[in-house]
Amino acid sequence: METIPATGLLGASWLLIALPLAGAAVLLLGGRRTDRWGHLLATGTVAAAFVIGLFCTFQLSGLDEPSASVDLFTFIRTGNLDVEAGLLFDPLSAVFVLLITGVGALIHVYSIGYMAHDPARRRFFAYLNLFVAAMLLLVLGNSYVALYVGWEGVGLASYLLIAFWYTRPAAATAAKKAFIMNRVGDVGLALAIFLMFAQLGTTSYAGVFGEVGLLAGGTVTAIGLLLLLGACGKSGQFPLQAWLPDAMEGPTPVSALIHAATMVTAGVYLIARSAPVFDETATARTVVLVIGALTLMIGAIVGCAYDDIKKVLAYSTVSQIGYMFLAVGLGPVGYAAGIAHLLAHGFFKAGLFLGAGSVMHAMRDQVDMRRYGGLAKRLPVTFVTFGLGYLALIGFPFLSGYWTKDAIIEAAFDRGGASGWLLGGVAVLGAGLTAFYMTRLMLMTFAGRARWEDGVHPHESPTVMTAPMVVLAIGSVAAGFLLVEAFPLTEWLEPVFGEPEEAAHVVPPIVVSIGLTVVMLLGAAAAWLFVGRREVPVTAPARVSPVVVAARRALYADTVNESLFMRPGMWLTRALVWLDARGVDGVVNGTAAALGGSSSRLGRAQTGFVRSYALGMLGGAVLIAGALLAVTSA
Amino acid sequence: MADFPFLLAMVVVPLVGAAVVAALPPAREALARQLTLAVSLVVLLLAVLATVAFDVGGDRFQLTTSVAWIPDFGVDFALGVDGIALSMLLLVGVLVPVVVGASWRETAAGTRSMRTYWAWLLVLESMMVGVFAATDVFLFYVFFEAMLVPMYFLIGSFGGPNRQYAAVKFFLYSLLGGLVMLASVIGLYVVSNSQLGEGTFAFDALRQLDIDPGVQKLLFLGFFVAFAIKAPLVPFHTWLPDAGAEAPIGSAVLLVGVLDKVGTFGFLRYCLPLFPDASRDLAPWVLVLAVVGILYAALLAMGQSDMKRLVSYTSIAHFGFIALGIFAFSTEAATGAVLYMVNHGIATGLLFLVVGMVIVRGGSRQIRDYGGLAAAAPLLAGVFLLAGLASLALPGTNSFVSEFLVLLGSFPEEPVFTIIATTGIVLAALYVLLMYQRVFHGPPRGVLLRDDPVAEGSGPDDAHGADDAHGGGATAVRTAPAATRSLRVRDLSRRELAVVAPLVALVIGLGVHPQPLIDLVTPAVEATMTDVGADPGGTTPATTDEGTD
Amino acid sequence: MNISNYLVLAAVLFTIGAVGVLVRRNAIVVFMCVELMLNSVNLTLVTFARTTGTVDGQVIAFFVMVVAAAEVVVGLAIIMSVYRTRRSASVDDVNLLKY
Repeated sequence: METIPATGLLGASWLLIALPLAGAAVLLLGGRRTDRWGHLLATGTVAAAFVIGLFCTFQLSGLDEPSASVDLFTFIRTGNLDVEAGLLFDPLSAVFVLLITGVGALIHVYSIGYMAHDPARRRFFAYLNLFVAAMLLLVLGNSYVALYVGWEGVGLASYLLIAFWYTRPAAATAAKKAFIMNRVGDVGLALAIFLMFAQLGTTSYAGVFGEVGLLAGGTVTAIGLLLLLGACGKSGQFPLQAWLPDAMEGPTPVSALIHAATMVTAGVYLIARSAPVFDETATARTVVLVIGALTLMIGAIVGCAYDDIKKVLAYSTVSQIGYMFLAVGLGPVGYAAGIAHLLAHGFFKAGLFLGAGSVMHAMRDQVDMRRYGGLAKRLPVTFVTFGLGYLALIGFPFLSGYWTKDAIIEAAFDRGGASGWLLGGVAVLGAGLTAFYMTRLMLMTFAGRARWEDGVHPHESPTVMTAPMVVLAIGSVAAGFLLVEAFPLTEWLEPVFGEPEEAAHVVPPIVVSIGLTVVMLLGAAAAWLFVGRREVPVTAPARVSPVVVAARRALYADTVNESLFMRPGMWLTRALVWLDARGVDGVVNGTAAALGGSSSRLGRAQTGFVRSYALGMLGGAVLIAGALLAVTSA
Repeated sequence: MADFPFLLAMVVVPLVGAAVVAALPPAREALARQLTLAVSLVVLLLAVLATVAFDVGGDRFQLTTSVAWIPDFGVDFALGVDGIALSMLLLVGVLVPVVVGASWRETAAGTRSMRTYWAWLLVLESMMVGVFAATDVFLFYVFFEAMLVPMYFLIGSFGGPNRQYAAVKFFLYSLLGGLVMLASVIGLYVVSNSQLGEGTFAFDALRQLDIDPGVQKLLFLGFFVAFAIKAPLVPFHTWLPDAGAEAPIGSAVLLVGVLDKVGTFGFLRYCLPLFPDASRDLAPWVLVLAVVGILYAALLAMGQSDMKRLVSYTSIAHFGFIALGIFAFSTEAATGAVLYMVNHGIATGLLFLVVGMVIVRGGSRQIRDYGGLAAAAPLLAGVFLLAGLASLALPGTNSFVSEFLVLLGSFPEEPVFTIIATTGIVLAALYVLLMYQRVFHGPPRGVLLRDDPVAEGSGPDDAHGADDAHGGGATAVRTAPAATRSLRVRDLSRRELAVVAPLVALVIGLGVHPQPLIDLVTPAVEATMTDVGADPGGTTPATTDEGTD
Repeated sequence: MNISNYLVLAAVLFTIGAVGVLVRRNAIVVFMCVELMLNSVNLTLVTFARTTGTVDGQVIAFFVMVVAAAEVVVGLAIIMSVYRTRRSASVDDVNLLKY
């Protein structure tokens, strides 16, 4: 694909990053002076970025070669390395820019209401702006180094926002956990970049993609797997999924923006962006598929067992990103489907989180769904918008999720052979589980008898919060149809991924659609049988099957992490501290003590009796004289 | 302007300043520190002007001054800088005024006087300039050893409760290394005498020698041991945590930020060009030490309960990265290592400064005495976090550029070592965030709930006394109801802001646009790589001979 | 001239002096024994100077005498002040300067 220097508004696409960054800087450096209008400025910068993004996209669609590059400055140039800071605005980055700034702007608006009573609202908006800037750099950068800078930048913003209420130890710990597990992934991404440089001498997309075909197969596979490790860390995929649910300690708008709609999908972006690399290595693609399938099941199973509304949604996110990994792992046929699901998911999951935030707002920050119930009447707007998001997520016919998930499952079956049936089967089963846990969530929250704690009087959220929810709900309803049927994303992304070949359908599409709908209805019905039909106990029942116990403990992910890494690490640290103090420093101090001891013992010869000194001198003189005699006579 | 003897002036001005400060009458403490600040600012100005006068594309050594010193042994008082040395001089120039500002309100314990402190500080600055600017190996040795004296007194007279032990340990350890190096310096003279017919210590002449590989190894080891002690590589590191913890905060900044860089500077300036064969032969062993150091020191940092010790251990891990970059023999990695030396001085200097500011407020070096400080001092928390992020090499901070370059440049040459070293970035995140979380996050506890927080201005000398008070009387206060507590810790004062501001600006500025610094050091790095026989780069690597599959 | 006589005499004198330094406690006596050793050396020097016909040995002997005279002045002064403070001239009583 040819990349041409950007002109017109595209040339100013660096403003996309600069505006939110400037907003963050003003808010952080301005201090309390900006308290009164800071949130408006922050929202304004993101909204402005959205408008610029829209115009850039329009201009891009008019170009013959829809790919524009913006060179900014030389970042690092020494020896053989030449990293130019520059942006690449192509169809893939365009859809991400619109998602990030669009959903980002809505969530900024929502936060104005949600954080209205928080004394540190200014700081919150500064971090949000910082996040948007870093995320835009991630998707707009023209090299893996620029991507890495944005990659760790969003990690920092995520850390700051999860730990926003830092006086709560749980929040502080969750933030740290998120950052560390992300860093494990970052090691993979960094090593992938090093390997690219070692083999190709460049880290820019253009350079790497142009020559990746010349590399040995093993090397490409290694690069692919290392990139995948990075993607797993950022996107909460197996085996690095455990941080994402804990990240729900952050304020709910953060969960909506960062841990549902945008940042956690960066892994999908990374793999889609690196399509030329993954196209060369079937092995790495297979691993992507396995990870995706595994994670979508893990997320769905655990999601069924949790009572914390945000954690259920978080595991749902883990599961849905699993679908996206599955899609991009399928290769050229799946890239566009994965991205479409990502966009649709961005709408409905952000909407669901905002709805959950609205519920929590009404319930005095209660997150336990066993303490909800009967909220449909008290929170009508939330109920309707949340319900639409719910329907979109479970794949109710003709809503967003239906179109996009359907495409992925179809593509999985089309892979053919045993693996195709297995992947397709897993994906369908996952869809059934999704319907189950989401219906359970709906029923426990909005239906049934009120199980509220004393003194809770739920009331609908202010317009500044409900308006973004309404917009996102509309998106949840329409996005799928728009992206798959009306303005097919496949065509828009064709310049990036190439034209996918028309696959022979193993299972007719209509069968997949009908089958999926049936499975979805079965899942919802099961949820009604288990939850809707009977009274929900206020405390979780203790006597449950081992499967439920395992699911409640997130399939022992934390247990494994703790017993495999954390505790041995702590022991190792303690042992090393001891070794350093006693062993290494012991040798040093021991040498010093030995020298000091021997010198004080030798010093005993210094008796203070002059005559003994004289004897010593005489003895010495005789010795020397004798030695001289012996030498000269010999 | 290039004729002005900048380097000589940078050595002499602080010495004269030190003499004047020391000669002031005891009542003029305020004048003493003002004078110190003025002198250090003059040196900074000289360093900046020297950089302006320096021609990046020109000769290897510029701004040279040479006076015969001991003609009988061919010793010259020869000063001159290449890009690497110049960047270190800039670091010295920036850090000393910052340190003076940070120590502004410190008071000396007992009968000692702050005038002495300021005077020693200026002497130290003069020695540091000399050690980086010397182009005569003997002169380098003299500065290398002379540097110990002011630092010994700074730690031993003005440090924490265990200062004597730390100072003596520091001094003996460094002296031991220095003496081993002296043997090698003399060895070099002997070799030059037999090869050139006339003994010399001039770096440029010694670089041309063709030394027998066996002799090279011995001479290399002499220099290496001295430098490995100075820029502590495991297992020669145990003096640093003690010295770093006991030194007054300003001296700790200079100790870790600049003094220890003499070691890594020495690797690059002396070990590689003078003993290329030995360097290549022994590089695997050095790399083992470097990589072990990265992981070992990072794990140890996690296990520390004392903040200053923790930061010292992080520095040991960082020195591992620098050594990795130097002994990987690639231009990218070595450029990264030089940048790392500068950036580590800035970032860890900043971290030490903010740790010092925390200690001044809480009167304790122990992490467990703190908690929830972010609520009381958000600015302090922000700067602390930024310094921590720079320490863990987050992109956007200066350290990222250097760490990235070191790892990226080392990977093609030494993939296994680099992969192991890269896992160190996870550990770096752990030790930084663990400390940050314990000190700044969580509910207010420790010093925040104490009735008698130590007033700002008392030095770390009080640490022990305050600790005792904490153990005894403060327990009752801790259980007081939340409503009656007031968060008594003050946020950064204007002076403290002025002290950290330049470093914060450098952390971010060099993180976003490092190219000017890279341009400054690259020619010298390439020259060093040519000396050691590695490909200095500049050509595109062959990609086609990797074969296709 | 048979130099061995002179040398034997010098050796005997030196030995007497050395033994005196080692076995006697009185500082004055030790001091005198030291002088005896110095003079035995002087005798040797003069002997060799006479045999070889050069004046070097004689010159050195003069130096030794001059130095010895100076040493006597300082030494006796020390002994005097020690005696004043300790009421004793025994060298074994002056043993504070030790490990």
